[in-house]
Amino acid sequence: MRPFILILLAGLAACASNQASVPPAVTAVQTRPGIDPFADSDPFPSSYRPGPSMKFAIVGATILTGTGSRIDDGTLLVSDGKIEALGTDLAVPAGYSRIDGRDRWVSPGVIDAHSHLGVWSQPETVEAQSDVNELTDPNTAQVWAEHSLWPQDPGFDAAREAGVTTLLILPGSGNLFGGRTVTVKNVPVTAVRDMKFPGAPYGLKIACGENPKRTYGGRGRSPATRMGNVAGYRRAWIDAADYARRWEAWRKAGGAGDPPRRDLQMDTLAGVLRGEILVQNHCYRADEMANMIDIAREFGFRIRAFHHSNEAYKVAPLLVREDICAATWTSWWGYKMEVFDAIEENAAIVHAAGGCAIIHSDDNLVGQRLNQEAAAALSAGRRAGLDIGEAEAIKWFTANSAKALGIADRTGSLEPGKNADVVLWSANPFSIYARADRVWIDGAAVFDRGDPGYRRHSDFLVGQPGQGRRP
Amino acid sequence: MIGRLSILLGALSLLLPALPANARTIAITNGRIVTMVGAGEVDNGTILVRDGRIVAVGADVSIPAGAEILDAGGRIVTPGLIASGTALGLIEVRNVEAADDRATDRSDVSAAFDAGYGLNPDSLLIPVARLGGITRAIATPSYGNDGNRELLFAGQAAAIALGGGPILVKRGVAMVLDMGDAGAERAGGARGGEIVALRAVLAEVRDYVRRRAAYDRGETRDYSLSRADLEALIPLVEGRMPLLVSVNRASDIRDALALARDERLKLIVEGGAEAWRVAAELARARIPVLVTPVDNKPASFETLGATLTNARRLAEAGVLIAIQGNGNNRERELRYNAGNAVAAGLPWQQGLAAITVNPARIFGLAEQIGSLEAGKDADIVIWDGDPLDTLARPVAIFIRGERQPMTSRQTELRDRYRSDGR
Repeated sequence: MRPFILILLAGLAACASNQASVPPAVTAVQTRPGIDPFADSDPFPSSYRPGPSMKFAIVGATILTGTGSRIDDGTLLVSDGKIEALGTDLAVPAGYSRIDGRDRWVSPGVIDAHSHLGVWSQPETVEAQSDVNELTDPNTAQVWAEHSLWPQDPGFDAAREAGVTTLLILPGSGNLFGGRTVTVKNVPVTAVRDMKFPGAPYGLKIACGENPKRTYGGRGRSPATRMGNVAGYRRAWIDAADYARRWEAWRKAGGAGDPPRRDLQMDTLAGVLRGEILVQNHCYRADEMANMIDIAREFGFRIRAFHHSNEAYKVAPLLVREDICAATWTSWWGYKMEVFDAIEENAAIVHAAGGCAIIHSDDNLVGQRLNQEAAAALSAGRRAGLDIGEAEAIKWFTANSAKALGIADRTGSLEPGKNADVVLWSANPFSIYARADRVWIDGAAVFDRGDPGYRRHSDFLVGQPGQGRRP
Repeated sequence: MIGRLSILLGALSLLLPALPANARTIAITNGRIVTMVGAGEVDNGTILVRDGRIVAVGADVSIPAGAEILDAGGRIVTPGLIASGTALGLIEVRNVEAADDRATDRSDVSAAFDAGYGLNPDSLLIPVARLGGITRAIATPSYGNDGNRELLFAGQAAAIALGGGPILVKRGVAMVLDMGDAGAERAGGARGGEIVALRAVLAEVRDYVRRRAAYDRGETRDYSLSRADLEALIPLVEGRMPLLVSVNRASDIRDALALARDERLKLIVEGGAEAWRVAAELARARIPVLVTPVDNKPASFETLGATLTNARRLAEAGVLIAIQGNGNNRERELRYNAGNAVAAGLPWQQGLAAITVNPARIFGLAEQIGSLEAGKDADIVIWDGDPLDTLARPVAIFIRGERQPMTSRQTELRDRYRSDGR
């Protein structure tokens, strides 16, 4: 047991400085480890170390920057793990290895804004592999997806071979509050902290609609209806507001007297109220999205993204006004009632309204072809007269996903200074025939289709049938 | 590009106003016709359609006076796509039991279960699939969810048409059976048990065929199957109806091959995640395989060898393959699955064949559909690009000579909100 430690709350105030609800606390308070949620706000910090980065130039490629630009016959320079420069007529400096990009396309690394890789791992039909839904209570805001995450899920390899460099891993949608999300870099590691995206904010998975009410209604407990869902959210936010108030009061009093009892579930919810944890809200129907916005307003927090959001097209102006991303699919619909009104043009309509449209996967196979799912959305939009270019649509699985994850200042687009998360595609990524030929994360090569030395990371398939096959 | 497309579509509708039935002559001209048969590709070709059938295909087809002419504008023209391994017509919403007619829980209706009944031509899934270029499908039964139901067979699949006349085209195009993990579980938990039970049932059917009169007099031993099930299995044991076996593990595929050989059954392998590992044996036995080329998930211990190269390797070994879609609501992705197989090395022609002429052959429908040649039903799709690519879409669809609407409930919802919303 460690002795008492000294905590400087002044440093913590910086984390919360963009929210007015918590006044900056400057008092040093002595307490035992684990008692005060502010004592160590990051108990499982990222230990990610970028792989060896080289200086290289991709020359002669069509570059989709993720900022809305397309550069034909372009050159991309990477050094020290960052994007150094891009444009036409860029000289390749001495010491840079030169990669032929002619007839090939370059995009930012693919970001999957909704994945369950590692928390519902292959072989997924084996029950022991499912650690995604803590279906023991409608509110499990206290669980963290990273504590389920198995970096050996072969799905990470398949996704990397498809250009996926960053993923948001979420708990499932059976609960009103499913737990904390984790943002990971798609690098081969053995322990999860080695893949955590440094500095990425946490998210809280909230679920609307059929799943929670079916899970708990079937057990004769609340929620059994959508109104039960809403009552469940509101009760939790009332508790969280009260929890936050008690800690504030204790801190204001200089830590006099017994501290409030710490509660992991409330820590997460209070983190949302402080604006530090981003709400990632599974919500299909337009009316429910509108209700969730009202609840967020009632308790003073923001929703970062609606996931699935197949009826976003019905409330696109509302989502634009509220600055909430709509993460969705193109072809999925009709497997249950709340997704009966899904249309292929959903993402394109949100985009055309000026919103933040995202194509996500929620699925191991779709996660290997987010570019194709986006292409189907783009094609549907064009059929409907929405003239959207590839340079814009690439954002649906790069820059806009980064925005939803709160990491857009570091990745998601090809701009000088940003992380060199890059995909070299064999063709226009919106073509069904395009394949990720080479993939870099922070300038380090993580996949090269032409490299005979490339091998998959997952131990699970070692020695299994089909081992050694090419992707 | 959008502008040009809508001009073309406008022109098409002028040329072919509100078409009645199929009792007319239609000439589709100036198409890049991918026939899927001996003629191969015909540039600047014409397809002549009369009474719902194709009467001529070629570069030098003379167009009779009075024919309605549709200028394909040099675009690709293909046969309508065929979705195998789907439940189109049998299901509306998966999580709504009343809207799901894929399976029964009756213990005396197993092999006799007939997907040809209860088909719903008004299903909203049909126009959605059709807008993906799909004109025909194999409506396939599945097993009930009742855990106590230890039925061997899911029932009989039916061939359906997605327009241009009655939905049911042909009953009993295949008998559907799960082997591998699912079949073993259903048969009591182990593969050995399932195969023994299958052999016993097939012996019963043969016995029943010989002693039908005695059966009616009540003079035979008790059979484990109902009379309806016994009757339904007669075409199977006589080799007239194929056995569609859902099976994935290499050893399970070999077991299915052995069963078919010993019992003289006509086999179709479905799923076949590890079929590439037994490709030579499948080719030698002339067993076709229905594959989902994008499914590379090692989702269970029977699919550890799943790979994106399955379709290509099977085709290279000479196995007749058909490519499946992603199921029911997602059936429109059928052509993307073929495109992905092509991206993994399958030649483009074979990718298209795997969703047209190959499934027609596998299910005994090649006399009517699957290719563009004289005598075939006029199931024709005109595309604004490469039919296997996401960026292309159909611009005109015919089934049995009847022009299909280019709308679905989804496009109606889209238009409703596009005009109201902004």
